[in-house]
Amino acid sequence: MSDISYEVIVGLEIHVQLCTKTKMFCSCELSFGQEANARVCPVCLGMPGSLPVMNGQAVEYAMLAAMALNCTVAPFTKWDRKSYYYPDLPKNYQISQYDLPIGSHGYIEILLDDGQTKRIRILRAHLEEDAGKNLHTAGNFSQVDLNRAGTPLLEIVTEPDMNSPSQVRALAVELQRIMRYLGVSEGDMQKGHMRFEPNINLAITRPDGQFRTPIVEVKNLNSFRALERSVAYEVQRQLDDFLETGVTLQMGNKSTRGWNDQDEVTVLQREKEEAHDYRYFPDPDLVPVTTTPPWLDEIRSRLCELPLARQTRYVTQYGLSDYDAGVLTAERPTADFFERALAAGGEPKRVCNLLTQVGLKLAKDRGGDLSSLDLEPVAVADLAKMVDAGTVSATAANTILESMVATGKAPAALAQELNLIQTSDAGELEGIVDQVLAENVQAVQDVVTESKKSKKARGFLLGQVIQKTKGQANPKVVSEILERKLK
Amino acid sequence: MTLPDLTAIELREAIATRRISSAEAVAETFAQIDRLEPTVGAFLSLFRDEAAARAGDVDRRIAAGEPVGALAGVPVAVKDVLCTTFGATTCGSRMLERFHSPYDATAIRRLLNADAVIVGKTNMDEFAMGSSTENSALGRTVNPWAPDRVPGGSSGGSAAAVAARLCPVALGSDTGGSIRQPASFCGVVGLKPTYGRVSRYGLIAYGSSLDQIGPFGRTVADVALLLSVIAGHDPADSTSVDENVAPIADYLDGLDEPVEGLRIGVAPAFNAGAEPSVRAALEAALDVYRSAGAQIVEIDMPHLDYAIAAYYVIATAEASSNLSRYDGVHYGYRTPDPADYVEVYTKSREEAFGQEVKRRIMLGTYALSSGYYDAYYLKALKVRNLIRGDFVRAFEKCDAIVMPVAPTTAFKIGEKVDDPLKMYLGDIYTISANLAGIPGISVPCGLDENSLPIGLQVLTPAFSEAKLLRIARMYEAATDWHTKKPAMVQ
Amino acid sequence: MSQRIDAEQVRKVAKLARLQLTDSEIDEFTGQLGAILGYVEKMNELDTDGVEPLAHCLPIGNVFREDEIKPSLGTDRILANAPERDGSFFKVPKILDDNSAA
Ligand SMILES: [Mg+2]
Ligand SMILES: [Zn+2]
Repeated sequence: MSDISYEVIVGLEIHVQLCTKTKMFCSCELSFGQEANARVCPVCLGMPGSLPVMNGQAVEYAMLAAMALNCTVAPFTKWDRKSYYYPDLPKNYQISQYDLPIGSHGYIEILLDDGQTKRIRILRAHLEEDAGKNLHTAGNFSQVDLNRAGTPLLEIVTEPDMNSPSQVRALAVELQRIMRYLGVSEGDMQKGHMRFEPNINLAITRPDGQFRTPIVEVKNLNSFRALERSVAYEVQRQLDDFLETGVTLQMGNKSTRGWNDQDEVTVLQREKEEAHDYRYFPDPDLVPVTTTPPWLDEIRSRLCELPLARQTRYVTQYGLSDYDAGVLTAERPTADFFERALAAGGEPKRVCNLLTQVGLKLAKDRGGDLSSLDLEPVAVADLAKMVDAGTVSATAANTILESMVATGKAPAALAQELNLIQTSDAGELEGIVDQVLAENVQAVQDVVTESKKSKKARGFLLGQVIQKTKGQANPKVVSEILERKLK
Repeated sequence: MTLPDLTAIELREAIATRRISSAEAVAETFAQIDRLEPTVGAFLSLFRDEAAARAGDVDRRIAAGEPVGALAGVPVAVKDVLCTTFGATTCGSRMLERFHSPYDATAIRRLLNADAVIVGKTNMDEFAMGSSTENSALGRTVNPWAPDRVPGGSSGGSAAAVAARLCPVALGSDTGGSIRQPASFCGVVGLKPTYGRVSRYGLIAYGSSLDQIGPFGRTVADVALLLSVIAGHDPADSTSVDENVAPIADYLDGLDEPVEGLRIGVAPAFNAGAEPSVRAALEAALDVYRSAGAQIVEIDMPHLDYAIAAYYVIATAEASSNLSRYDGVHYGYRTPDPADYVEVYTKSREEAFGQEVKRRIMLGTYALSSGYYDAYYLKALKVRNLIRGDFVRAFEKCDAIVMPVAPTTAFKIGEKVDDPLKMYLGDIYTISANLAGIPGISVPCGLDENSLPIGLQVLTPAFSEAKLLRIARMYEAATDWHTKKPAMVQ
Repeated sequence: MSQRIDAEQVRKVAKLARLQLTDSEIDEFTGQLGAILGYVEKMNELDTDGVEPLAHCLPIGNVFREDEIKPSLGTDRILANAPERDGSFFKVPKILDDNSAA
């Protein structure tokens, strides 16, 4: 086994559901969880005589996404029909884009485990309509629900640039974060807003030569975890299979496997890629789209700083840890809130702690993001300033933040009300320190003799002072007094 | 003059001034239908009660002095290719024999908004595929001029209904000549508007980049009136042209004004393929234009000979895709005992489509299939561009092009059914207007040795229907061919 | 490409078009399609190098709709023409393969 090495090769085909209000080519509301066929009209049912009309919002979302993925936006694009027969496809053709995708030749940068970034190239990003759903659970027949038919999708195809399960996951997470930042998709994998289909194979090197295993496409992946696991599973399975059978990649031996989430295995669905003949041709019911320079500029002006760039900047500019920067930039509302608090004068690390330790938890409890809380970034900045000024302790600040969210009151008022203002008056504290020193002779002794217990004793004395002031003494000031008196 | 002889314009005038009621007009229409329809077979469905109710409503509104639409109380027939919420919408096919549309085509809505009274839906070649109406799965229509002959097609029912005075005006659709050719065969006026002029929403698609809805009438003015009602931008059809690009007009306005300095283009070599009687009628028509002061200029249309080849690739390719939705799953015919879901498709389609439809689906599927796309479909699109180029160049030299509508007059029923290619070749003069997207009209211009009508075709540049109608009217005003009637209505 | 379409190709095309043609139809169509294609190949007389394919004659583009919700038809009207239904669903014989391709 030691004389064999291999490289994992993975490309992704991703369908992203755009969060328009209506479908791609008709005015039916997008659907999730409605009664079957409740959100269907003559157009998305493909009724005789019905005609599609483009949803301009979907086109703009696709342009925005293509730009964020560093793609070239096609100056001229059109719609094509892709023909195949399936009961969930009412017209038996899908309106899609064939030779002129709206976006092409871009890339996504992902953060690797070692902190380096890697570019994953994007071959194309095109708009298309989704199919409906066939259900097979009712008995000895199948049911067809067309609520989803016509939902706008952005199909993104990457180059096979990912070389490990964790890179595949990183790409997926990054893509989700980008789509959510742009506001073009809710990106909920459970709801099928993002569907990832990895194409996996191995490049194997052995003393007797180089080999490629047959490509496997995996379907039915409903979480990032499933995506990552399925790739890991396939790597092992393909390696074992190659060692056992020696079968290598050939024309037409690509297969499709489905992920079984319970058993965490892939199961063969289609042995051989059928020779599909989709008979693509330009859809005569739709007219082309020309993306003029002024329009492109207007869309470009809607681009925001992308999450990974923001994350790196938080580390370099604000000195935050990779972890903290990652948490703050995971969702755009968090990062936006954070930056507004900084703009109002909050110190980055202090604001970061308040948000990551308390703010996000409260938001999550309420099922929303920071912007959904009754909380102003300016108020958080004020609270951060109070900690920095020593007016309240960091612990007290967390308590105050919770109350701010609960009551909507200002931090200063709450600090008063909750009796959380620190005493920094040296004169007042000196008396208390003297009292504590008098009451704890042994500890004083430990400090002065610089015994092994010295450090512990110092902490104990500090604690005693704080306790005597019911937590309101500023620890920094008390430390200074203790330091002076115990010299 | 009896009521069925009145034009739509005369009828609406009579109804508006309460000389006759719409109720009477509609009753007379159905009386005429009762007399002649058993022979003609123009209709697939009739709406006696609905029509009477609508007519009564229009009469009441007129009596009350309320405003009414441009076709108030006028009986109209529509080709069964247009979706209606009333009656079935069959497209002449077993596939849709029991199909009831949940919505009305935009052209239907516009008729109803103009207070027209829709009396019935007319027979047609199945899915508008054919040139004789013999491909209808649901009825047989004959030519009112000679009941052993075809009315032309695919809008044969509408043309025959207007010719037999079953109604003054009707709507049809034209993908490769399906309005102009039956108009010619039946001795009535038929107009194919510019592609994009009339909304296709609710028009059951055959060749989507070629299909247009258009009117039939016995006079140019009636056709102009109907076009005014149905033309215009529709947000439900992406290919219907915005009024900023192509303003629409009241096409009756200025209709009688001759076009000054008119230059008529003729391509003699191309026209040579028509029968002698058709060529003679064309020559006579050119003389009429000369007498009206027009200049006849010779034009060269080198690519029109390739129009049929390009058309039967493009139209069938689009049709093969458009008709893939008829699969027995969501609506339409389903085979009674499918072994599995794939048989729902294969057997339903096999059982419910007629031979011509299957033939065209096969041809179009082949032309789009991998390995053949470039040689057939792509090549045809390039030839299409050359054909359009011919028209662009020709219209630099002339205002209108005049040519035959069809190489022959109406042929015998059954004469061409076994030879599809022969049938296709009859479309030589009509097809190029669809490929180039330009408007064309057929007006009666003679009778052949068998007393069968001959049509004169006039073509003008895109979106110039106002001018096209005026040029056609110049001819009509100088001749009386449009007043000739088939024997059955003498 | 002037070789005539043969019965095998006709069968393949029929499969693509989901038409279960009878043997006699296969025969008939082989002859007829061969004749039509033979005629269509007339196009090869024309040199079309450098000619743009013309899919549409329209002088328009960028036709968009506002992203505004309009009522759908409702389950009953959607299913009114269905050959077979099961509650709110269209009903088809059991689908055993997965041929979806979105
Ligand atoms: Mg796709
Ligand atoms: Zn819809």
